[in-house]
Amino acid sequence: MFFNSFVDLETLPPGHRARVVRIEGGRGLVARLTRLGVVPGAEVKVVSRAPVGGPVLVEVNGAQVALGRGVARKVVVDPRA
Amino acid sequence: MLRVALVGQPNSGKSTLFNAIAGYRAIASNFPGTTVELLRGRALVGARPAEVVDLPGTYSLLAGDPAEELARDYLLSGEVDVVVNVVDASLLGRSLELTLELTELGLPMVVCLNMMDEARRKGIHIDAVKLSEVLGVPVVETVAVRGVGLKELLAAILEARVPNAPRYSADVERALAALVERLAPAAGNSKFPPRYLAELLLSGGEPPSGAELPDLSAEVEAARREIQVGRGEDPALVIAAERHAMALRIFEDVARVTHAERSFRERIDSLLMHRILGYPVMVLVLLALFYGVFKVGGILEGFLLPPLDSFTAAVEGMVPGPIGKVLSGALQGLWAGIGIVLPYLLPFLFFLAFLEDVGYLPRIGFLVDGLMHKIGLHGKSVIPFLLGYGCSVPAVLATRILEDERDRLVTAALAVMIPCAARTVVIFGLVGRYVGPWIAFSLYLLNIFIIAIAGTLLRKFLPGMGPGLIMEIPPYRLPSFRAVLLKVWLRLRGFITVAWPTLIAASAFFSLIEVLGWTRFLNTLLLPVTWPLGLPAEVGVPLVFGILRKELSLIMLGQALGTVDFGAALTGAAMVVFTVFVIFYVPCLATVAALWRELGRRKTLLVVAGTVGVAMAVGLLIRAILWLF
Repeated sequence: MFFNSFVDLETLPPGHRARVVRIEGGRGLVARLTRLGVVPGAEVKVVSRAPVGGPVLVEVNGAQVALGRGVARKVVVDPRA
Repeated sequence: MLRVALVGQPNSGKSTLFNAIAGYRAIASNFPGTTVELLRGRALVGARPAEVVDLPGTYSLLAGDPAEELARDYLLSGEVDVVVNVVDASLLGRSLELTLELTELGLPMVVCLNMMDEARRKGIHIDAVKLSEVLGVPVVETVAVRGVGLKELLAAILEARVPNAPRYSADVERALAALVERLAPAAGNSKFPPRYLAELLLSGGEPPSGAELPDLSAEVEAARREIQVGRGEDPALVIAAERHAMALRIFEDVARVTHAERSFRERIDSLLMHRILGYPVMVLVLLALFYGVFKVGGILEGFLLPPLDSFTAAVEGMVPGPIGKVLSGALQGLWAGIGIVLPYLLPFLFFLAFLEDVGYLPRIGFLVDGLMHKIGLHGKSVIPFLLGYGCSVPAVLATRILEDERDRLVTAALAVMIPCAARTVVIFGLVGRYVGPWIAFSLYLLNIFIIAIAGTLLRKFLPGMGPGLIMEIPPYRLPSFRAVLLKVWLRLRGFITVAWPTLIAASAFFSLIEVLGWTRFLNTLLLPVTWPLGLPAEVGVPLVFGILRKELSLIMLGQALGTVDFGAALTGAAMVVFTVFVIFYVPCLATVAALWRELGRRKTLLVVAGTVGVAMAVGLLIRAILWLF
């Protein structure tokens, strides 16, 4: 798949890598994501997606992190980088 | 006495390390954030006696949740001589971010690179000497589960050094320096390092409680705005991103990554986490757990109880009169506790702790997150729910792993309606035995259905679900047997120390009431409950005493009806309605105490009232349905 622009982590299909550009959320959300290494500049890879609106499994810094859809939607990534 | 604090991210093997060096009182967990209590132990470091404290696993010191706050406050309390930063070497890149935060506290430190075997398997080769140079502190390699490197770690604790503080970009450093200058005079008599406070304020955080600071809100606001304008981003994010970059740079400097072995564990994971196959596997695993525990438990109970019961009969024969009756009541309570703990609760908690520490429970959380959203919760709530099938007390305590207060309340309110081991005894002892095992089983499905409806309603009345699931999925690990046993013990402790004595006292008290002849009076008082449900009036007292302990309601039902052959005394419909009511209404006293502790009085009363309402509604509904067919 080819991406022209930024997408969010919910849209990025499994197997794809991208770089985090920004997090569109409040301080609390940013802080919780920061702790797990999901910060602007970090490289992430979507491992899989659970069905029925379930979370997105993301690999970041060698660790796997499950992000609920609502959270994943707020993480803007650049799939070209 | 040397005071040593173990600090590390969740699943870094910190608790296993604590067990290995400081005794037998820690709880090792493979689920993020379960170690919320502080655990203390004693060890000999070199020849010096030391107190070792195991802090809750924290990803950061930003104090965003209770565990992080506890860790940070303890580190800054002035009660720590040496910080041992336990790092999962296989996640060095990310773990270094916490390490960098720790370096700013200005405390003597040692870095313990744990799980070196796992790092090697992942193809990560770490130059510990170089890392030690960069950070300015001793770095020791360990494999805590196998006891590798512990001696070296203890030796290194005596060599701990104050680390080099990280340097941020010029603009951030300038802002920090300005704040430090204003803070330094006040910080002289405070235990908080000024640089740490400056960074906290610049990130927009609240100063820790007990820090008496001059009012710097204007300066802080100005500094924050300057960075916000210069970088176009919140200073907290700027600092986090820079720390992230710094950690990455250190990682690249000290580690070399070669090809990872594709492990057996990854292949298992692709099945267990499969978007379709993962679900049947999960259902099978859980059914096997429940079925195994309760089937084998039933057999064990069958061996266990008859000799105990004949003992009771013998005592009653030796001590005639009312005293003998009360004594026999107390003994029945004692046996009831044994009959729950040994055959059911102990094996259940053991296998659940095993699944948790292996890393399967977080995966269940991942799989069910989407479904849990429908009832306004997240995947993380699955742990309290599953524990609920064992005992509601640990289930309520386990809601601490949830970040959001509202999520904790909803999870606790729903988890107490799950039939615990005691209620399972009632379900199978009454409905399963006299009405049919399939009816008993369908009560579990009904229970899940009602909880789902209650969840949906709560979602309407208590909106504002937390921001969503953010949960680390740790790699599969074979847990140390000791760590699992300790976790079981910590969860069982609540039952043994609170619930069991209540059970004995209540059972004796019930016999006393019978001896005094108050039963009829109580039953009359309870007619508003028993009559609409179509239950005989004698059932009233057993229902009340079920509050003390649910399985008691079965024993007392036997006493109240004057026979243990329930089939002769009650109709099938009455048994089903009675059981349904017992499942849902007021959780037992021990659970109410746990709720009180976790949620406070008001919310506890709400939960209690809510469960009575649900029990009454479902009981009436079942009665109506059974009457129709």
